[in-house]
Amino acid sequence: MVTKQVKRSKAAVKEALCGYLSISPWVLGFIVLTFIPILSTIYYSFTRWTMMDKPVWIGLENYIHMFTKEPLFYQSVKATALYVLMSLPVILIFGVLLSLLLNMKIKGMNFYRTLFYIPAVISGVSIAMLWTWLLQPDVGIVNSVLSFFGIQGPKWFWDPKWALPSVASMSLWKVGGSAVIYLAGLQNIPPQLYEAARIDGAGKLRIFFKITIPLLTPTLFFQLIIQMIEAFKVFTEAYVITKGGPLKATYFYLLYFYEEGFQHFNTGYASALILILVVIIMAMTMFVNYTSKRWVYYEGEDKAR
Amino acid sequence: MKTETTFEAMKRAHRRRQITTSVVTHSFMILLSVIFLLPIFWMFSTAIKSRWDIFLWPPVLFPEVPQWVNFRDVFTRVPMFRFIGNTFYLIVLKTIGELLAVPLIAYGFARLKFPGKGIFFMLVISTMMIPLQTKLIPLYSMYVKAGMIDTYWPLVLPAFSGTPFFIFLLIQYMKTMPRDLDDAAKIDGVGTFGILYRILLPLCIPALTIIVTYTFLWTWNEFLQPLIYLNSYEKFTIQMGLEMFKGIWSVEWNLLMAATLSTMTPVLVMYFFAQKHLIGGIASVGMKG
Repeated sequence: MVTKQVKRSKAAVKEALCGYLSISPWVLGFIVLTFIPILSTIYYSFTRWTMMDKPVWIGLENYIHMFTKEPLFYQSVKATALYVLMSLPVILIFGVLLSLLLNMKIKGMNFYRTLFYIPAVISGVSIAMLWTWLLQPDVGIVNSVLSFFGIQGPKWFWDPKWALPSVASMSLWKVGGSAVIYLAGLQNIPPQLYEAARIDGAGKLRIFFKITIPLLTPTLFFQLIIQMIEAFKVFTEAYVITKGGPLKATYFYLLYFYEEGFQHFNTGYASALILILVVIIMAMTMFVNYTSKRWVYYEGEDKAR
Repeated sequence: MKTETTFEAMKRAHRRRQITTSVVTHSFMILLSVIFLLPIFWMFSTAIKSRWDIFLWPPVLFPEVPQWVNFRDVFTRVPMFRFIGNTFYLIVLKTIGELLAVPLIAYGFARLKFPGKGIFFMLVISTMMIPLQTKLIPLYSMYVKAGMIDTYWPLVLPAFSGTPFFIFLLIQYMKTMPRDLDDAAKIDGVGTFGILYRILLPLCIPALTIIVTYTFLWTWNEFLQPLIYLNSYEKFTIQMGLEMFKGIWSVEWNLLMAATLSTMTPVLVMYFFAQKHLIGGIASVGMKG
């Protein structure tokens, strides 16, 4: 008996060692490429540092400067917040609508799914180039078509009022990316529920609002968080198309961070900047998570995973 | 007899109604797809036009004389092949890294018991949520000290410790495989890592395909990191090259669109071959979180 137990514990120790060995590449990478850098970012945010010299501890000065003396900070927060507010509802609503279309049981649906997902695999730079051409004020096809109908099209990316909505509406084109995720959520809804409702005499609208939407809320919730984080991280569009202009209308937070950190090398200040963004994102995520108790429907078993 | 004919008639009416709905739905879906893909058609159309044709009104989808030469111009005026080669080089290195690291790590999480596993797993998941930019400044300064700026090391190294998304994907995949496989192999005297490499890994090929495909797509499309770590022109990746074109030919839209289209083509080809896996993979992770 005793020898057996010793054997078993020996085997357990061996298994544990193998376990640590197998995850060691990740642990090593986590320590060197994630943990230490994040701690360093926190430390640097309290220093004056230009990457070429030694960091000098200045306490909260970076943060005080940011909040009290830096109009660019507020401008970038404003541009980013407006972008999130404009693009997020559009992505969510059209994503769900598209997924409902793609969930129809007709022949060849896979083909349509493939087509609508295409913009989601194209690089940000390519998409930015494409839309810069489509939305050219004088020679772009969109304004040409509009003028054909007697409408004077706006200057899109080159008009301070229109630039932000233009960048936000570009995200509409990539909506196929999240639609396939809603689609998977829709297909996970047990068909018996629909049948039972139909037998009980529920109409199509009623089924949609009482079954489809509630059972889709876990997917919606998860997508809301993911898409929100993505929206806060908007960068490439502004970097390629507008460089933050016109009149800083699209001067997004990460563009500000990039310019401070990697062009002016105000790396101490940029570290403080990025931490504030992380705090904002975390606060927003927690807020969404807090509201989720009211609107996310958990079926109990596999949804809570 | 009479009942049968009414039944037949009803059946025919039903069939007719079905066909009508199907025609209506298909027309609607086709119309929507065309609208959705119009930007890409227009890009193609611009890419094969002469510099005068692109401003024609009314616009034509196909120019009378397609200027295929635009594509040649793109490849000769700027070292496109160089950028493509660089990007492929990166893709190969990163794929090797991911394929070495991810199965090993996922195997530990999916199959082996060790203290603290739950905490480590939580850390894997939470690193998926951390914006890359949070680490960028210290990483940059670290790579400066290591003399790795303007080399491919900063872009390749993370792959050798496994991308959290891939680790998660493969853990989920391995968990669907019956434990009996491991136990049978163990009885046959196969060692712990033998089980991974000889039994499980061959069965994981569908998941590994997803990992390779995503590594390709993401490396091809990546912009921010190459932009930060690479300085010299000869080392640029394809997306940086494309962004550079914009500066050079700011108004030659036909060439710009030809360049954009050329850089998109490998991704589109890859996508059409692997789309079923790709969409499935993204959807499974996107839902469970």
